[in-house]
Amino acid sequence: MIEIQPKNNIFKVIGASSLGTLIEWYDFYIFGSLAVIIGHQLFPADAGASALINTLAIFAAGFIVRPFGALVFGRLGDLIGRKYTFLLTLVLMGGSTFLIGLIPSYKSIGYAAPILVLILRLIQGLALGGEYGGAATYVAEHAPKNRRGFFTSWIQTTATLGLFLSLGIIVITKNFLGAETFADWGWRVPFLLSIVLVGVSIYIRMKMHESPMFTKLKSEGKVSKNPLKESFNNKANFKMVLLALFGATMGQGVIWYTGQFYAQSFLENTCKLDFNDSRYILLWGIAFATPFFVVFGAWSDKVGRKWIMLMGMLLGIIFYRPIYRTFLNDTSEENFAKNELFSSSQGFPIITPLANQVDSLRSLETKILFTNGTGYTKVQMDTLSATKGVISAPGMLKDKILPKPIFWKFVGLIFFQILLVTMVYGPIAAFLVELFPTKIRYTSMSLPYHIGNGVFGGLVPFIATLIASFSGSNPLSGLWYPIGVAALSLVIGTIYLSNKRDESIND
Amino acid sequence: MIKKYLGLAWMALGPIAMTFLFMHAIEKVGLTHTDIERTNTILQWGIILFIFFPISLGLMIFGFYAWKGEYEKLPENSHGV
Repeated sequence: MIEIQPKNNIFKVIGASSLGTLIEWYDFYIFGSLAVIIGHQLFPADAGASALINTLAIFAAGFIVRPFGALVFGRLGDLIGRKYTFLLTLVLMGGSTFLIGLIPSYKSIGYAAPILVLILRLIQGLALGGEYGGAATYVAEHAPKNRRGFFTSWIQTTATLGLFLSLGIIVITKNFLGAETFADWGWRVPFLLSIVLVGVSIYIRMKMHESPMFTKLKSEGKVSKNPLKESFNNKANFKMVLLALFGATMGQGVIWYTGQFYAQSFLENTCKLDFNDSRYILLWGIAFATPFFVVFGAWSDKVGRKWIMLMGMLLGIIFYRPIYRTFLNDTSEENFAKNELFSSSQGFPIITPLANQVDSLRSLETKILFTNGTGYTKVQMDTLSATKGVISAPGMLKDKILPKPIFWKFVGLIFFQILLVTMVYGPIAAFLVELFPTKIRYTSMSLPYHIGNGVFGGLVPFIATLIASFSGSNPLSGLWYPIGVAALSLVIGTIYLSNKRDESIND
Repeated sequence: MIKKYLGLAWMALGPIAMTFLFMHAIEKVGLTHTDIERTNTILQWGIILFIFFPISLGLMIFGFYAWKGEYEKLPENSHGV
């Protein structure tokens, strides 16, 4: 007997799916945004830089396991249905995020603290690997065939909005509690808050019905018996998985993570902007650019998905280096020196003994303010050597506050980069959904998506920073990684992808 | 025909990329001095090699399919997959 499912309203479908996916992205990104503070909590006080490196490694672990989550939950979604699978991923993500907020510090439980967080972070990555494909498939299978790009583009806004929400809540919590309290226990608030958001989203999703296409397939007894085997052991399907990865998601992933994550890391760590300034620039850029996900998603319904995505990659390849060179030039000391000096106040020198117990390090901070409200802190580090006297290193600037015109120029440059993100990312859910048949869609589309985004994209900050640290390199050298990957994807996509849209995905 | 002959380039690119990464890894680990620095460098490059090895293999398979003409005519819709 055929089970008749009540119909979902398409806007309720989008609302329920997008809210849950947005919360999952929020959960996933707060960890990265709080890496420095979490590092202090999880590792010994004298761990120094290695605490941050290890915390970033735990953060990266979440990205690396995403393709495995895609396989585990994709298979489940093709076997038992989309609705219950992405409900499960939501519970796992919300639960693990909440528990990270409760983890005792290194002082209380020693190395059990980072190990527990690593386990929870792996669960987060697995859950996210299962969530996105489910939500995109669920919406696409409800959408009318000529508006699939438009409706799935709402799901595409959630990753960027999740980042926006995580940055916003962190800035608000920090400003409300003060920097000291935030570093002590306030950093737990954004994690704990997740349980409320997830609870609301689960309640809404519970009220939704299964996708009509999956229900039809199930009633006809055509559900795949082994989605993994049918996805990857079937040459006709596997070749499309490879094409989706190398011709689209690989390039899309690096454009996404360069325009948002690497941009923030570059402004904060290379240009040494003030903590709040670097986040405000990104928040404004995201706010202005986010509507374009829907614009490009809808446009792809008319002109096809391929050329919009590839154009986004091409523009990234051409403009990344000029954009990041502008970031560097406009935040240089020479550029600040053009302003009229207002005040200069020097702090007390801090002397730290070095490991050899003979020499020591003297650090002296000078706060410089200019009449136009801009400024920076100059840090002078000198080695006090018992044998060679005072050895001075060049002063380093930090906490730079930009003049208003430069601030808005940077917002414009970030906006442009996120506009490229909207070009490559807006149409990609519809593109992936149309590539694979219903019975193995969840599994087949999730894997290339999460390798492209989780591995190629998620590792952009890590690999680009690593390349920039090589001897003979400069701060812009790291950009060769996203530029090279996007260029390869552009060539493969241009030559091999078809611009034709699949009108009927009901197969 | 360009799709077919470029398949040879993709097949070659997989092992070339892995060799390049492997040589870089050896060079960078060799340049490190202290124990902690060496451990971190080995860990970083170990992760990179571990992740990109199967992807390079995938690129070779993609090239092989292209060389065999599998992408000369793509399915019109997902019925054909």
